[in-house]
Amino acid sequence: MNSLIPLLIAAPLVGAALLLLGGRALDRFGHWLGTFASLLSFVFALLLFSSMLGRSVDQRPVREHLFSWISVGTFQADVSFQLDQLSMTFVLLITGVGTLIHVYSVGYMAHDERRRRFFGYLNLFLAAMLLLVLADNYLLLYVGWEGVGLASYLLIGFWQHKPAAATAAKKAFIVNRVGDMGLSIAIMLMFTQFGSFAFGPVFATAHQASQGRLTAIGLLLLLAACGKSAQVPLQSWLGDAMEGPTPVSALIHAATMVTAGVYLITRSNAIFDLAPTAQLAVVCVGAVTLIFGAIVGCAKDDIKKALAGSTMSQIGYMILAAGLGPIGYVFAIMHLVTHGFFKAGLFLGAGSVMHGMNDEVNMRHYGGLRKYMPITYVTFGLGYLAIIGFPGPSGFWSKDRIIEAAFAKGGTEGWILGAVTLIGAAVTAFYMTRVMIMTFFGEKRWQPDAEGHEPHPHESPKSMTVPMILLAFGSVFAGGLFVLNNNFQHWLEPVTGFSEGNSPLSSGVVMALSIACMLAGAGLAYVVYGRSPVPAVPPVGSALTRAARRDLLQDDFNHAVLVRPGSALTAALVFFDSKGLDGFVNGLAASIGGISGRLRRVQNGYVRSYALSMFGGTLVLVATTLLMRSV
Amino acid sequence: MSVPLLHGAGSVHSVWMAAAGGNTPSIPAPQLEYGQLSPMLIVFGAAVAGILAEAFVPRRARYTTQVGLALTGLAGAFIALIVLASQGYGSTKSGLIAMGSVAEDGPALFLQGVILLAAVVAVLLYAERGLDPRTEGGPRDAFTPQGSATPGGEQERQATRAGFASTEVYPLTLFAVGGMLLFPAANDLLTMFVALEVFSLPLYLLCALARRRRLLSQEAAVKYFLLGSFASAFFLFGSALLYGYAGSFRLPEIADAVNGTATTTAGLAISTHNDALLLIGLALVAVGLLFKVGAVPFHAWTPDVYQGAPTPVTGFMAAATKVAAFGALLRLFYVALPGLRWDWRPVMWAVAILTMVVGAILAVTQQDVKRLLAYSSIAHAGFILTGVIATNRQGLGAVLFYLLAYSFVTLGAFAVVTLVRDSKGEATHLSSWAGLGRRSPLLAAVFALFLLAFAGIPLTSGFTGKFAVFQAAAAGGATPLVIVGVLSSAVAAFFYIRVIVLMFFSDPQPNGPAVAIPSVFTTMAISFGVIVTLGLGLLPQYFLDLASKAAQFTH
Repeated sequence: MNSLIPLLIAAPLVGAALLLLGGRALDRFGHWLGTFASLLSFVFALLLFSSMLGRSVDQRPVREHLFSWISVGTFQADVSFQLDQLSMTFVLLITGVGTLIHVYSVGYMAHDERRRRFFGYLNLFLAAMLLLVLADNYLLLYVGWEGVGLASYLLIGFWQHKPAAATAAKKAFIVNRVGDMGLSIAIMLMFTQFGSFAFGPVFATAHQASQGRLTAIGLLLLLAACGKSAQVPLQSWLGDAMEGPTPVSALIHAATMVTAGVYLITRSNAIFDLAPTAQLAVVCVGAVTLIFGAIVGCAKDDIKKALAGSTMSQIGYMILAAGLGPIGYVFAIMHLVTHGFFKAGLFLGAGSVMHGMNDEVNMRHYGGLRKYMPITYVTFGLGYLAIIGFPGPSGFWSKDRIIEAAFAKGGTEGWILGAVTLIGAAVTAFYMTRVMIMTFFGEKRWQPDAEGHEPHPHESPKSMTVPMILLAFGSVFAGGLFVLNNNFQHWLEPVTGFSEGNSPLSSGVVMALSIACMLAGAGLAYVVYGRSPVPAVPPVGSALTRAARRDLLQDDFNHAVLVRPGSALTAALVFFDSKGLDGFVNGLAASIGGISGRLRRVQNGYVRSYALSMFGGTLVLVATTLLMRSV
Repeated sequence: MSVPLLHGAGSVHSVWMAAAGGNTPSIPAPQLEYGQLSPMLIVFGAAVAGILAEAFVPRRARYTTQVGLALTGLAGAFIALIVLASQGYGSTKSGLIAMGSVAEDGPALFLQGVILLAAVVAVLLYAERGLDPRTEGGPRDAFTPQGSATPGGEQERQATRAGFASTEVYPLTLFAVGGMLLFPAANDLLTMFVALEVFSLPLYLLCALARRRRLLSQEAAVKYFLLGSFASAFFLFGSALLYGYAGSFRLPEIADAVNGTATTTAGLAISTHNDALLLIGLALVAVGLLFKVGAVPFHAWTPDVYQGAPTPVTGFMAAATKVAAFGALLRLFYVALPGLRWDWRPVMWAVAILTMVVGAILAVTQQDVKRLLAYSSIAHAGFILTGVIATNRQGLGAVLFYLLAYSFVTLGAFAVVTLVRDSKGEATHLSSWAGLGRRSPLLAAVFALFLLAFAGIPLTSGFTGKFAVFQAAAAGGATPLVIVGVLSSAVAAFFYIRVIVLMFFSDPQPNGPAVAIPSVFTTMAISFGVIVTLGLGLLPQYFLDLASKAAQFTH
């Protein structure tokens, strides 16, 4: 059964290779081939899952060694996989949601002439993401990490003819490089400290490392997580990444890839648990991003960008929970899974709306769509109830547990974190209610598109609605199933550990508070957007609103602090290079050429000169040999 | 030629002879281990059979017979070699055979294997006859139809029309291969000299047999012959002096005399007192061998001969001669003169540095592909010398590996040169290679691969080999040499990459050369080169292990 593990990755990898190398011959059925590869991987995942459930708890993690990749002295890099409860959770999420989104894309991309390539990239992403979560060492994880980065770059820039998409792809790639550097340096530190970067030896000997070393590794891993998961200060790429096709936003930039940072921190729990400073940094990053994303989400009129802000904020919740240590790991992952369902559903819903509205993304030009797109309305609505934490659907259960865990951290810290998460819950309810009302309720504010076509909203084809319906099921029921008998906690506990913490508030009180916050937020949004008509042109708004529309000035900040000094430095280096180094190098090359030209004359073609040179050479050789002896 | 000198050396030692008894009653019949000699015997046998075939097989069937015979002979010898190696000759069993004059040990077996494989590839290139358009007469190969005809004369034209072919090249090559097999295995100076002449003489002839530009070809052959004889004379004179010193031609016995561990006799006591004999002898023998490897200042023949000789022959010389000559050089320094290393190392340092630097710098301004490759081969001789100078087992293994890697890159590169042609035959001027990458991307990519391997770029065999010799040299205490080596590599990289730039980033000439479609022979030869180059670059470990396992001389 374990031999299925490499096949999990192989299926989409082969799919990607076929689709990308196969050429036009595959155009007709390439999308189904890609979907089949993804489905196959999901079936393998289910088989492995059922086999894992059949084993006793301590037998569940399995390891599969494929081959030895690089072996130089003590440097031992293996291609081997580890499938434990944590990886299994991710594998099921990635392949399950991935397959649904493949199906959705068949309809969504039906009119795109490069659809085959799109599916090739999607399969490539699946393979890389699976490698990331299945690797049993950090180096192999890094391969997957870079692989998903590449796939993300290719897919954000999929419509590369649009300058905005091309720029967004580059931005995502470059910002991610910063995080990737963190991961690579962390791996190097691990190797120097532990002599290995495989999970087993590193975690087993982590306690022997000095506090400073562990903190450094932890902070570098956090930097990596910030890049991939769009956390402050490396959050700036996610909003622009919405230039990619919507299924990509749903799969990569909402449900799976952006949660890789959470995976990394949770996987490295043995390191973080020993480095409280690094953990504190994780919590701070999570808390700041949680509020940051939520504020941005409130101000955006572009439906996908509003959802992107929300993604950032929700991942902030997960990072915060992961920073709490054993109190929070389980809930971080639980929220990750439920978020994977409802956020993917919301994005697919948004895609469906855009599909019906001539690719319009401005919510101020929507309105009253619930009658025209009933299935989208219902599935989007269920996702909405899940994300705001309405009691019942899955978001409520997972978010509530994170808020509880934040309080359970104890002390002042616990109170602050608890308050932040509650405020976040209120703001979440506000901006999501705003999205819901502006899109599906109120009067029609439809506008003709650039070519003057009036929109004729209609329900999307089955290939799009069926995945949305299935995801809506997940959004509604997953959370309840997870908390029933503490199923999820018992499932993941062997990997991440679990502790109750000591909450100053009882769970009932926390639940009541979170419901109250949610109702307050939603109510405020109803007052602002539901009771009075939404203006088609955005009002000027307060200073905060204006800043939030510009993503809280993140790009201005980066430009002033990083880009401008960077350009100045580059200009100085270019000057030094072209005036100083190049002069030296060119001079050297010219002088070698000159010497060569002069030496060439010795090669005059006369055999007598050659013989003479040999004779001279022999004389010198003999003389030197004799001289060497006499000195 | 060697007999009077031998007597001369003998008379110097009349004292010693008298002391040893002097009156040798009869010459005992030598005891020969035919099994262990079989690789050479098979090749020589095939060569003799080739000569007979030349005489008795009808003209039409000669080409097929000769190619078949040559390939069969080489393959048979290679199989014999494998059998010997698998029986433990070269590792566990003593390799001393033929009364101690031949040592069929690890390095010998390894290098013989390389020579045989290189010869197979070379014969494949010889056998190519599809490159020239079949205007008149029969299919054409790279060789003149009749070596004795005046270039450009009526007789030559008639021979061409009649479809003659110089099928003698196959037995000639086999004789050369036989000599080359013996050369790195020769355990005494006389055997070494005989081997040297046996492989050199056929090469002189082969150089003269180009079909195109015959005057250049004949000039190259004469130059090679004159300078080669000159170098042989140095070698022979040096051997005589060493004999005068040690009273023996056997390399291990010379080593004993140098170390003072030989059985002392009165004569030996007198002669070993005279270090001048030893040092001058060492220098002269080294000159003879350094000439063959093309080390500066004994390199002047290389560009002219490489350019003039028929390209398949150039490839064969560049690969196999270098392997054989380095084999002999290694044996001389590692078996006969290890006790003298503090005397020869400084001189060899200088030679290695000069070779690397001059080879690399002179190549920079070359305009002809074959001359460029010739200078590149000089620079590579310098790189290999750094490994020789290391004088440790690691260095020996590294040199063996380098030779394996280098041979196939060189053969592959020259094979590519045979394919780029215009109406006058091969277009070797670099300007006509401009834009080749646009017209024949595959061929240009293959040539680029070989150039990158020459330059020592990772993932090619060139990198692994260069890394191995430099590592060994550094471990042997020759760090300055390694620094010079790396700098020369940088200079060398310039002209290799310049060719790549020329092929891929320049506009093709309007009347540029065309790439001939090779037959299966050349295709096989080039593919073999590509496979070995990539194989030794990507997965070198097996062959590195093999080379280091073989790196042990029998004394």
